[in-house]
Amino acid sequence: MKNLQSHSRRDFLRSSALAGGGLMLSFSWFAEAKAAEKKPTLNNVEQWNELTAYIKITPDNTVKILCPNPEFGQNVMTSLPMIVAEELDVDWKNVVVEMSTHDNVKYGAQFTGGSNSVRMYWNPLRNAGATAREMLVEAAAQSWGVPASEITTKGGILAHSSGKSAKYGEMASKASSIPIPKNVKLKSPKDFSIVRNSKKNTEGLKVVTGKPLFGMDYHVDGMLIAMIQHPPAFGMKLKSFDASQALKMPGIKDIFSFKLYDDGFEQGGFDTRTSNEMIAIVGKSTWEVMNARKKIKAQWELTGDIKETMIGRGGKREVNIPGRLETTSDQLALMADYANGRNSAKPAQQYRKDGDPETAFKNAATVIERTYNAPFLAHNCMEPMNFFAHVSEDKALVAGPLQAPGWMEPTLAKILNLPADKIEIQMTRMGGGFGRRAYGQYVYEAARISQKLKAPIKLIYTREDDMTYGIYRPMYTATYRAALDANKNLIGFHIKGGGIPENPIHANRFPAGAIDNYLAEGWEIPSNITIGAFRAPRSNFNAAAEQSFLDEVAEAMGKDPIEFRLDLLKRAKENPVGKNNEYDADRYAGVLELLKEKSGWGKPENSGKKRGVAAYFCHASYAGHVVDMVMRDGQPYVEHVTSAIDCGVVVNPDAAINMIQGAVVDGIGNSFYGALTHKNGMAEQSNFHNYRMIRHNEAPKKIDVHFVQNDIDPTGLGEPPFPPVFGAVANALYKSTGKRYYNQPFLGEKNNS
Amino acid sequence: MAKYSLKINGKTQQIDVDPSTPILWVLRDHLKMTGTKFGCGMAMCGACTIHLDGNATRSCVLPVSAIGKSAITTIEGLSETGKHPVQQAWLEHDVAQCGYCQSGQIMSASALLKSNPKPTDEDIDNAMSGNICRCGTYLRIKEAIKTAAKTSNAK
Repeated sequence: MKNLQSHSRRDFLRSSALAGGGLMLSFSWFAEAKAAEKKPTLNNVEQWNELTAYIKITPDNTVKILCPNPEFGQNVMTSLPMIVAEELDVDWKNVVVEMSTHDNVKYGAQFTGGSNSVRMYWNPLRNAGATAREMLVEAAAQSWGVPASEITTKGGILAHSSGKSAKYGEMASKASSIPIPKNVKLKSPKDFSIVRNSKKNTEGLKVVTGKPLFGMDYHVDGMLIAMIQHPPAFGMKLKSFDASQALKMPGIKDIFSFKLYDDGFEQGGFDTRTSNEMIAIVGKSTWEVMNARKKIKAQWELTGDIKETMIGRGGKREVNIPGRLETTSDQLALMADYANGRNSAKPAQQYRKDGDPETAFKNAATVIERTYNAPFLAHNCMEPMNFFAHVSEDKALVAGPLQAPGWMEPTLAKILNLPADKIEIQMTRMGGGFGRRAYGQYVYEAARISQKLKAPIKLIYTREDDMTYGIYRPMYTATYRAALDANKNLIGFHIKGGGIPENPIHANRFPAGAIDNYLAEGWEIPSNITIGAFRAPRSNFNAAAEQSFLDEVAEAMGKDPIEFRLDLLKRAKENPVGKNNEYDADRYAGVLELLKEKSGWGKPENSGKKRGVAAYFCHASYAGHVVDMVMRDGQPYVEHVTSAIDCGVVVNPDAAINMIQGAVVDGIGNSFYGALTHKNGMAEQSNFHNYRMIRHNEAPKKIDVHFVQNDIDPTGLGEPPFPPVFGAVANALYKSTGKRYYNQPFLGEKNNS
Repeated sequence: MAKYSLKINGKTQQIDVDPSTPILWVLRDHLKMTGTKFGCGMAMCGACTIHLDGNATRSCVLPVSAIGKSAITTIEGLSETGKHPVQQAWLEHDVAQCGYCQSGQIMSASALLKSNPKPTDEDIDNAMSGNICRCGTYLRIKEAIKTAAKTSNAK
């Protein structure tokens, strides 16, 4: 974070220490933040008293709580303020929520991804609320001349046994000058009255009335619209272009080519670029720019092999990117070579080995071996990539949809040659993210274009740009082998997985730890097709393959699929194999037990149902589904789903149910239809006419969601329910059709035939 | 360029644009009415749904020159304050996740209820399957439409 100013850094460290390592307290505790704070937007509010970086209380008792994290539909603008309000002990009716500014010193990481928002802000926000509450109590104690310990709070009211009482608003001004208390007391979960009680989406009314919430809606006077012409294929670059016709089109201001990164630029882990040189088309309106773009005559040439310098975990390294134009059938053939260690395949890397798997497989009475494949997936956020930028000589304002603005800031500073503190990033609501908006190429493009034109511009990707120049879910394959002895006991397990360009292996997850002889190994094939995080990276493939394989193994062993998993988990708990098992066998088993109960698994009344089950651990949570499938018009249809999750304390239950139901629908859609394929480097799908998305009539009639009840601090929620859908669907397909489905998308043409 | 006089949300608006300009971009770029969303540009996702004389229409492929005297209603005109029964039902069921597709969903749903006040599940499937929700809120959309049907019919 060398982009932080030195004085900020010092203050940041001071306040961190104060908060016991958290980022609860702001360096700009009072004075600085007040100066920066704009006039409140509420009527009749003359004075906001800032009680922590997150809380402002007015004399009329309105409580404004700032949401520090970008919102992409996971409803953090409700759940995070709920956490503050709980400890602050205010009436939710009086709470007004606003998105905070982007300021990693004041608000911490401000990162939406990895199912982290509630997890990482749980303690800091509880502390922020409790700290402000204690300051209000202390202010009342001083005003009334009574000990603070005798003052109680409820619903934003301070009270003393003498009969004295005051609204928070009355004490807010005095409280803001109270020294910040240390080691504040947090509520016991049994006393929660806001957390665990469903609250409506604080942005709901703005959504249903079409207010300009999104980056795509951002507007300032004099703003121009920009689009980008990328190369037509991965592995190609700009050779030359003729824009003379296009420049004559109405409304067009400028057309030029530019490089995203200068030669020798060291890319951070989220600076992934689909190409480095492109053509910008800038004009007065979107339609005019779209039309002019069609008139550009561009020549493209092969990139050849490319070397890039990456910085990040593990330090600086050179990455070689092959220049070939890739085609899906070739990719599949190459993956098969690697899986089987033939032709040009490089040897796999071993990630974990327990016992003696070689001997176990040699001595096995039965070996089951199955290979699973999955394609690239496009994120297809409903709001295509876009960003606003206004870069001038000495500063820049950028605004739009980003999951991790703090990761983009250092690169923006470098490419604009501006100090980081001269760059303001505004976080707009995101029309979906799913991992895609953790990568900032489109922000850098917008900034480059604005800098060149010295004007405010909004860069818009069309759906075609968005889909064909994606940062895709990688292409994966995995071969699973199980060794059974003569008594059908599972004595060995082997996974060898790989992908283009990364492998999916999570070596220390279930069923590692539950089987004496275990081997996990992986390989990778470099590619020029850009990839990145996609809702539960790697897990979204593993859960499909592994959970489908376990189903098949259970069947071969003559065991019920849930009982089989519970047996393995019992073993992992009582006598675990190896030391680095990532999962908690009890919580995992708890989800399966809940699923069994709630779905009526094995009950006579359900015996006629075509059901599939799967459960998976990721992002510190445990989730599973029972999928009931029927054939409808000759096509498999998931009619009913029972879901169970252990994600610790559920902050906002109804919104959590919404998210889990959404994950189920998303999982069914992607497992049935999702695929992004290539021919000679070109994406073969470009819009929703040939990239099939699950639609309204294909969603289940019912998705019942059940939570394991416990007081564990919240663990992940947005991602964990997604991966096991794939496995449960695969297993239900087997029950429905009598056929195992090994290749995604399950209902894709030519697949699984 | 050509001049058009458009009836939008009960008001007449004058604009001067290329006749091929889709009404989506007239709304978003020229009239700064951004409630109607751009999703695909080829009438495949429904994010841009508006009402044309009360019928759900994809505005991203509808050139301004084809509007004629037809009346346009956008999400802003359904009810600016969210009082329309469909908007109310959306709030009651807390439908939205990211929310980007929901203007289009609400416009499709409100057009359905206008022509068919008591839709069956199948009617809802047929009317709503042109609107993609990437977050997967379809179950709540269906429930909200049923609620809106009840409250509308009760009036």
